[in-house]
Amino acid sequence: MGLTGKFEANFITMKLDQAVNWSRKWSLWPMTFGLACCAIEMIAVVASRYDLDRFGAGVFRGSPRQSDLMIVAGTVCRRMAPVIRKVYDQMPEPRYVIAMGSCATSGNIYDSYSVVQGVDRFVPVDIYIPGCPPTPEALIEGVMRLQDQISKKKVFIKA
Amino acid sequence: MSQEPPDKTQETPNKPVEEPKKVPPPPPKPPPLKVSGEEHPIARKVRDAFPGGYISATLFRADISIEIKKEDLFSICLLLRDDPELDFDYPVHISSVDYLREKVRFEVVYEFFSIKKKHQVRIKTRVTEDDCVVDSVTPIWKGANYLEREVYDMMGIRFNNHPDLKRILLPDDYEEGYPLRKNFPVQGRGWRDTFDFPH
Repeated sequence: MGLTGKFEANFITMKLDQAVNWSRKWSLWPMTFGLACCAIEMIAVVASRYDLDRFGAGVFRGSPRQSDLMIVAGTVCRRMAPVIRKVYDQMPEPRYVIAMGSCATSGNIYDSYSVVQGVDRFVPVDIYIPGCPPTPEALIEGVMRLQDQISKKKVFIKA
Repeated sequence: MSQEPPDKTQETPNKPVEEPKKVPPPPPKPPPLKVSGEEHPIARKVRDAFPGGYISATLFRADISIEIKKEDLFSICLLLRDDPELDFDYPVHISSVDYLREKVRFEVVYEFFSIKKKHQVRIKTRVTEDDCVVDSVTPIWKGANYLEREVYDMMGIRFNNHPDLKRILLPDDYEEGYPLRKNFPVQGRGWRDTFDFPH
């Protein structure tokens, strides 16, 4: 760009998309949606040993109105499905969904009459994390992949 | 022999203790487990009161379980609660078993516990598929209400005189049947994939 060197030393130049995406990806506020044992690993990720706050995603909210990221952690039963969908609809855009663990991605071994075979049947999912349950490192990896996706998004130009 | 002073060995730690310590008498043995459940006092009481309704009793690892006819279920449960020696005041659990392809297909299993007497009993009764109705024990123990509703929800066994017999875990408009029955398809009949909300 031709602007380089024309400002003081503490100015940087970038595209507006990049600036918006940069601020979005480093302040993902997740919403707790712990449904089963995966929630325990999710709790561990927030705690001091793994510290998801290093990636800007440590501010877990209890309300969908205040959060950007829904981490569906655990087995999704059919009776829970409308609740998940309602909570997802209540989240302000831009919103992201991580399906954490085998159950949320595919139903895992619970091929039964009451278990939904993956949350993506009724909610769009951005990141799937395998594992039963995934380790805290795997969840951090998932959040980082989501950050990569966010940084590539076009904010002001609709594709 | 008198007891040794407690700090004797600590004063002279290197000196071996000469006299072996007196072995304390063994604790009194519990009364021997009865081999047959028929002689168990609870079973005997039920049999004496209802010789027609009593079928059999088995004892396994100190757990007594009594099989009875379903016609006498309510009166036997009343006896279990009101007899001062039995005094069962807590319905722990009510479950059901599906013996598919047996003539009398279903079995309802009741677990009762007495908090005061600290003893337990298991009551089993069989019902046929055509007439899978049992008397409710909710008039005796209010805590049986939800337990019986779960049996109704999952196995389709109905309970006479139940105050509010409807599904408890599945939604009220669930129409696929009773999921715990052995002839129910494991994957269900499509309910898990039908979403009646915008998505």
